Amino acid sequence: MTPAWSQLANLGAALAFILALKALSSPKTARLGNRIGAVGAIAAVAIVFFSESNLKHLTLILIAVAIGTIVGYVAAKRVQMTQMPQMVALFNGVGGGAAMAVSSIEFLKSGTTDGFVALFATVFTVVIGSISFTGSIVTFLKLQELMTSRPVVLPFGRFITIGTAIATLVMSVYLLISPENWALWTLVGLSLVMGILFVLPVGGADVPIVISLLNAFTGLSVAASGYVLDNVLLLVAGTLVGASGTLLTQLMAKAMGRPLTATLFGAFTARATTAATSAVDRPVKSAGPTDIAIMLAYASKVIIVPGYGLAVAQAQQSLRELVDLLISKGVEVEYAIHPVAGRMPGHMNVLLAEADVPYEQLKEMDEINSEFASATVAVVVGANDVVNPAARTDKTSPIFGMPILNADQAEQVVFMKRSMRPGFAGVENELLFNDKTTLLFGDAKDSLSKVVSAVKSM
Amino acid sequence: MSIEIAFLTIFILSIFVGFEVVSKVSTILHTPLMSGANAIHGVILVGAIIVTGHADNNLELVLGLFAIVLATINMVGGFVVTDRMLELFKSKKSNKVGEKK
Repeated sequence: MTPAWSQLANLGAALAFILALKALSSPKTARLGNRIGAVGAIAAVAIVFFSESNLKHLTLILIAVAIGTIVGYVAAKRVQMTQMPQMVALFNGVGGGAAMAVSSIEFLKSGTTDGFVALFATVFTVVIGSISFTGSIVTFLKLQELMTSRPVVLPFGRFITIGTAIATLVMSVYLLISPENWALWTLVGLSLVMGILFVLPVGGADVPIVISLLNAFTGLSVAASGYVLDNVLLLVAGTLVGASGTLLTQLMAKAMGRPLTATLFGAFTARATTAATSAVDRPVKSAGPTDIAIMLAYASKVIIVPGYGLAVAQAQQSLRELVDLLISKGVEVEYAIHPVAGRMPGHMNVLLAEADVPYEQLKEMDEINSEFASATVAVVVGANDVVNPAARTDKTSPIFGMPILNADQAEQVVFMKRSMRPGFAGVENELLFNDKTTLLFGDAKDSLSKVVSAVKSM
Repeated sequence: MSIEIAFLTIFILSIFVGFEVVSKVSTILHTPLMSGANAIHGVILVGAIIVTGHADNNLELVLGLFAIVLATINMVGGFVVTDRMLELFKSKKSNKVGEKK
């Protein structure tokens, strides 16, 4: 049993985590909240070194902590804000891997002596931690575009997935009845494969939901390993993340209009969300930067719809320059932020904040949707799926039901796009072929600065 | 009260606290909140240190050190990346953008 003072100190750390999550939910206190969490975590780690008697391998442990600190710190500092979702996915995955390893070691040491409940918790951590580990790595690869972001459907994928799921279940039960080491390793292997199969068929648009879900998974596996190790802090911290993560996943799914079950069981039904891309040769209306500049400068009201393509081109600065210029010419300009603009809820706000765009100009979807009808021009920069009317009308479309920005209700629509390639969800956008739509092809940054200089010279 | 029941009590109460504290989050903070929560489960590092400190053979030791490295990456990286995100929300006026690139 650990000394009473350390149990009290752990209570303090647990409270820090609760306060951290609470503060993180409000813009004013968010940064402080994150720091409270960090202090709690550092304190918890420091406590362990003093409260656990006879820790062996102390030097090696400290070296491992140092390596992890350097890798984590450098990765977090170096990552571009556009690539941040996949970084979070990766950090989450390694956490799941750690939980799985911790419970496995405890199993090797004590086997059945801890009782049935502990054994059950071990099996749970191993399965869920492993799924989170490989699942997060696949999400990382998808978002980093090291592999296709489209849903991947293996031949007989459905049967392979169901087969693996059954095998995992059988092996879990076997391990509960007859705790042997080989059974543990087999279960680890099966669960790792399960994680891959679980995420492979998930289409690009659903990836953020999966990251959030896997985050909750890791939380729960940490909670279970807290039970295995008789450590209340791990139990509380893991459960907090598991519960808040589950709720957050639901909120996200709701914001995107995606039924959570469709994402969850995509692997079992193997209904790929690939759409036909038939309409490539259809005529579109395109224009040069000068035409767009005239259109914008003489508009009374312009609504900007920024998307991930804007961030990829690092064009936030140029966009802000254009908006400032238009405002100085007396044009009313606002940004319409779709809940999942970018790659995750809130991602676009982070990216625009990086370019010093004032908060007041950013309007959330519910607030701005009624205003499109009175807008002269809607400018869609590097976005596609979030303004696709098919989400309203086409029941067969994979994005059907997703709430969208009503850009199509504006008097005129300008698309700044690199090419006619469909968006992240892989769906053709009818709005591109609409009569009131004008396209400006090219790199977003390039196009925007050309429009800026055209407006300036007017 | 047996230890199982005590743990179950804590578990269930924690679920409610977890739900409650994030229930009013605004959409713009979804990503930072997820990232912050992600960092918090990096506290599995505590567990990793305990089991590694009591490792009796090389397999346990290697696996334990592996877990420590992963957990530390989760924890340190998670908090640092969340801080970077939130930094952008806060100090907007004094922020010199040119310096970052």
